[in-house]
Amino acid sequence: MYCFMSNILLWSLVILGILGGVAAVILFFVAKKFKVEENPLIDEVESVLAGANCGGCGFAGCRNFAEACVKAAAEKQSLAGLNCPSSDMTKVAGILGLTATVAEPMIAVVRCNGTCENAPSKVHYEGADICGFANTLYAGENGCPNGCLGLGDCVKKCQFNALHINEETGLPEVDEDKCVGCGACAKACPRGVIEIRAKGKNNRRVYVACNNVEKGAIAMKNCKVSCIGCQKCFKTCPFEAIEMRGNLAYIDFTKCKQCRKCVEACPRGSIHEVNFPPRKPKAEAPVEEKTAEKIVEQPNESKE
Amino acid sequence: MNQLTISGSPHVHGDLSVKKIMYLVILALMPAFAVSVYFFGFNAIRVTLISVATCVLTEFLIQKYLMKGECTIGDGSAILTGILLAFNVPSNIPWWMVVVGGIVAIGIAKMSFGGLGKNPFNPALVGRVFMLISFPVAMTTWPVPNQNFWSVDVITGPTTLGLLKEGGVNAVSNINYWDMLIGNTGGSFGEMCAMALIIGGLFLIIMKIIDWQTPFIIIATVALVSFICWRIDPTTYVNPLYHILSGGLMLGAFFMATDMVTSPMTIGGKCIFALGVGLLTIIIRLWGQYPEGMSFAILIMNAVVPLINKGFKPKRFGV
Amino acid sequence: MNPIKTFPKGGVHPEENKLSSDQPIITFEIPKQVIIPLGQCLGAPAEPIVAKGDKVKVGQLIATAKGFISANVHSSVSGTVNKIDEVMDHTGYRKPAIFIDVEGDEWLEGIDTSNTLVKDITLTSEEIIERIKQHGIVGLGGATFPTYVKLMIPKDKKAEYVIINAAECEPYLTCDNRLLLEKPYEFLVGVKVIMKAVNAPKGVVGIEVNKMDAAKMLDEIVKKDKYFEGIEIQPLKTKYPQGGEKQLIKSVTGREVPSGKLPIETGCVVVNVASTFAIYEAVQKNKPLVYRVVTVTGKSVKKPSNFLTRIGTPANMLIEAAGGLPEDTANLINGGPMMGKSVSVTTFPTIKGTSGILMLNEKDAQPRKVSNCIRCGKCMQACPMGLEPYLLNRLARQNNFEETEKHNIMDCIECGSCEFTCPANIPLADYIRYGKNKTGQLIRSRNQK
Repeated sequence: MYCFMSNILLWSLVILGILGGVAAVILFFVAKKFKVEENPLIDEVESVLAGANCGGCGFAGCRNFAEACVKAAAEKQSLAGLNCPSSDMTKVAGILGLTATVAEPMIAVVRCNGTCENAPSKVHYEGADICGFANTLYAGENGCPNGCLGLGDCVKKCQFNALHINEETGLPEVDEDKCVGCGACAKACPRGVIEIRAKGKNNRRVYVACNNVEKGAIAMKNCKVSCIGCQKCFKTCPFEAIEMRGNLAYIDFTKCKQCRKCVEACPRGSIHEVNFPPRKPKAEAPVEEKTAEKIVEQPNESKE
Repeated sequence: MNQLTISGSPHVHGDLSVKKIMYLVILALMPAFAVSVYFFGFNAIRVTLISVATCVLTEFLIQKYLMKGECTIGDGSAILTGILLAFNVPSNIPWWMVVVGGIVAIGIAKMSFGGLGKNPFNPALVGRVFMLISFPVAMTTWPVPNQNFWSVDVITGPTTLGLLKEGGVNAVSNINYWDMLIGNTGGSFGEMCAMALIIGGLFLIIMKIIDWQTPFIIIATVALVSFICWRIDPTTYVNPLYHILSGGLMLGAFFMATDMVTSPMTIGGKCIFALGVGLLTIIIRLWGQYPEGMSFAILIMNAVVPLINKGFKPKRFGV
Repeated sequence: MNPIKTFPKGGVHPEENKLSSDQPIITFEIPKQVIIPLGQCLGAPAEPIVAKGDKVKVGQLIATAKGFISANVHSSVSGTVNKIDEVMDHTGYRKPAIFIDVEGDEWLEGIDTSNTLVKDITLTSEEIIERIKQHGIVGLGGATFPTYVKLMIPKDKKAEYVIINAAECEPYLTCDNRLLLEKPYEFLVGVKVIMKAVNAPKGVVGIEVNKMDAAKMLDEIVKKDKYFEGIEIQPLKTKYPQGGEKQLIKSVTGREVPSGKLPIETGCVVVNVASTFAIYEAVQKNKPLVYRVVTVTGKSVKKPSNFLTRIGTPANMLIEAAGGLPEDTANLINGGPMMGKSVSVTTFPTIKGTSGILMLNEKDAQPRKVSNCIRCGKCMQACPMGLEPYLLNRLARQNNFEETEKHNIMDCIECGSCEFTCPANIPLADYIRYGKNKTGQLIRSRNQK
C-alpha cells in the first residue's frame, strides 16, 4: 500500500500514457477508415465566399453553394443561375476556370415611410418582438395592414449588419455600404415591405416608399405619406415604368430611366429619390399646391 | 381614454415574478441569519453585509460598464448570492477575502455567462469553493459560538465534521444533538442552525417556491448511506443523525440544490439530481479528503444538469 | 352526481372574476345598423349572396359557406343591405362585412320564434347535421370551428360520448353559466339532439365546481325526467384549461386524444354550451344562428352584464349598455382573458365567436418587465400537454422550426398557461404561437412535395 502511494505519480503517468497511446491508435484507424473524399475545389471556392450563410444564393449555406458551383462547373461548364450577391463571383469563376458575368448589384429598399410622425399610433403593442407574430395579431400600431411593423425581423436576419431600426422613425434603415442585396430581409418580412432593387447608376434610385394596397381614403387616414392609388405618377411616366398594383403604384426598376418626373407628380410625397444631387429650387410652389388639393378630392370621389 | 394595448393572449398573468422569488428566499434565510447573529455576534452581520455589498456592486459595475445593458440588481438575485456566500464562511474571516469571494461568485460564476439564468454553476458555491481553495487556513478556522457580541479576538475550534474526520467516532461522542440542531457548534455561521434552516425551507415549500423532493431526497440519501455504514461498523462510522445535523447539509439541501437556475427542470430530473448530490456528499464525507462535501457535490451535479434535462422530459399528453 | 374529476397534468388557476354570474341575460335592443363580417368561422370566409339595396329578413341566408371548413352566415336583423364594405373587426384587420340597416323585426317564414319547448326530435341523424350546416352553427366557445364537421363521424369510428363543455374555465366569462341557469330544458334537449345526430348512447355535461348551482339544477332535471336518460352531469375541478377539448375528454373519460389525432379517436364529440343551445334552436325551431349571449365585463365596468345580442351588433353599443368604457381600460378583448383576442377599436362588430367583451383595466394589463429565463421549470409544470415551453420559445426565436417540430410544438393547444405562470414574464405563448404557425407552414410545404 505504502509502496503504491509513493509511486502514485509514476503510476498516473504510466496509465495515462498507455490510455493516450491506445486512443491515438484507435483514432488513427477510424480517421483512415471513415475519411470522406471531397473535391478540394469546394474548399477553395468556399474560402472566397463571404461566409455569412445569408441564403441570398438560394442555398442553405455557403458550403452548399460552393458544392453547387463546383458541380455545375464540372457538368455544364458554366455558372449560369448561380450567383452569390455578397461575394466576388469572378473569383469563384477563376478558381473553376470559367469566366463569370457580373450581375447587377442589388440593394434592399424599405418601401414604407410610416414614421411615428407620418402615421401616428392608434394602439400600443405589447408582446413578442417578432413581426411575424404581430402580423397575425393586428394591422399595426398605425392601422396600416401593409406597412412596417417595426419589430425588426429583417434586422435580425441580416448577416451583414446592414439594417437597423431607427429609434426616431421606428423604421428599418439600410446601410448602403454594407447591404449586398442578398434578400434575407425581404424574405423575413411578413408583409413584403422590403424589396430587393437594382442599386442603380451612381447609386441613384427612384421608388415608391409605400406598400399600402388599401383604398385611397383609408390609406390617407392612416398615413400622411401613403400611396393612394391616384395614378398621377402612372400617367406622368414617359417610359411606362410604373404599373398600378391595385391601389399601389410600383416602379419597375428595369424600365425606370430615373427622370424623376413621378417624384414631382406625386401629391403624397410617397415616391422617394435617393442620392440625386439637389434640385434647383423652383418658383412654382402655388401650382404644386393646387395639384395637391385636387388629389385630396379624388379619393372622396372614388369612395362613391 | 388611453391608447388600447394589443397583446397576444393570455392577457392576464400570475403574480409570481423573479423578484418575488428572490426576496421570498431571502426572507426564508432570515431565521438562520438571526440565529447566527445570536451565536456569532457582530461578526456575522459584518461578513454578511460585506458579502452582499460586494456582490451587488460587482453586478452593478459589470452590467453598467462591461455589458452596457440594463441594470437588474433590483431583482434581488445578487443579494441572495451575497447572503448564501456569507453563510458559507467562518464569521471571523478577513473582510478582503469575502470581497474576493463575492467578486468571483458574481463576476466569474454568474456575469461571465450572461447574468441571471445563464450560469451553469451556483455562484455562491463557486465563490465559496474558490475561497476554500485559495485561503484554506482562513476558511477552515472556525470560531466557537456564543461569545460576546462585539468580541473581535475569537477562540477557534473545529467543526463537528472536522472533529469526526480528525479524531473518528470517539472524538465526537460527547457532542449533543440539541446543540447541533440549534446551531451551537463551530462552523460557517449560516450553516449551523439546522432548525432555522428547516423552518426557512418549509416556508419555501409551502409558498411553492421550491419542491419538497429535492431537499427530502438529499437528506434521505445521506441518512440512508450513513445508516448502512453505521450498522456495518459503528466504531468507524458515526450514526446518521450526526451527519444530517452537521455541516452544510441543511443549507445546501434547502437553499443551494434547489436553486432554479442550476437545477434540473422536471420533478424526475430534480430527484436524480438530489440523489446525486446526496450520494456525492456522503461519499466525500466518509471517504474523501475534505470533512465536508456538500459544496463539491452540488457543483459536480450542476455540471450534469444539462444532461439530466435532456434525459428527463415531461410526459407528453396523448402519447 | 359523480365525484369531482379533473385532468392530471398541468393547468393553472387564474383569479376567476366571474363578476356577472348573477346578472340575468338581458335581451339587447336591436341596433339601427348591424355589421355582419363574412369571416366568422375558423376556415374560409363566406361569400355574400346579397347586394346593396336588397331587402332581408331575420334568419335569411346572406352569405354561403365556401369550402369544407366554412359556415353559412345569416342576417340577424330585417332591413336593407346598405353596403358590403370592409370594417375593422376582431382580427385587427379590415375585413369585408355586410352592413344592414334595420327596419322592424320581421323573421323569415318557417322559423319558430315562440318560447315553447319542443322536445320531440323528428329529424333523422343526417337531417340534423344538414340543418346544423345550413344554419351556420359554429363552435361558440371562441374557436368558431364549424360544428357540422365535428358531428360527421367517419364510417370506421363510433361516437360513445357527447361531452358538453360547460366548464367555462375562462375567467370573467359567464355567458354559458347564465344560459344553463335560464334555459336548462332547451339546453338538455339540445344535448339529446346532438346525441341523436352522432348516435351516441351517453351525454356528459362537464361543469366546473364554481358553477355548482347550475350543475345541481341540471342534475335534478335529468333525474326527474325519463326523457333525459343517458345524460349525466359531471362536476369538474376549477382549473384552467378545463374546457380545452383534449383536457375535458381526459377529465370526463380518462382517455387521451392521441397526438395529432381528432377527439373522435377516443369516441368523444365535444360541443360547447352555447353551441348546444344554438343547435336546439336550429334543429327544433328551425332558427339559424342569429344571436348569442355575450358577457360584457371587466373590473372597472359599472354594470357587468350578459346580453342576448344579435350578431353584428357593434361592440361599443354593448359597452355603453354596460355603463360605458371605463377610463382605465387598457386592453379591450374579444373573448376571455386567457385565449381572447385584443382588438384595436371599440366599434368592432360582435361575431358568432364573441363569448365576451372584456375591458381589462390598466393594473391587470400593465406591461410587465421581461427578464431572463431562470429555468425554474414552472412553464413545464403548467403545460397541460406535457411540452417544454421554455425550449420551444428559444427554438422559435432562433427560427429553428425543424427542432420545434421534433419537440412537438404542433401539440400545443395555445392555452397560455405557460405564459400565465412564467415568473420572468416572457411572452412564451406569443413566441410559441409564432413557432407553431411557421412549423405548420414547414410541414405543409414538405407534404406538398
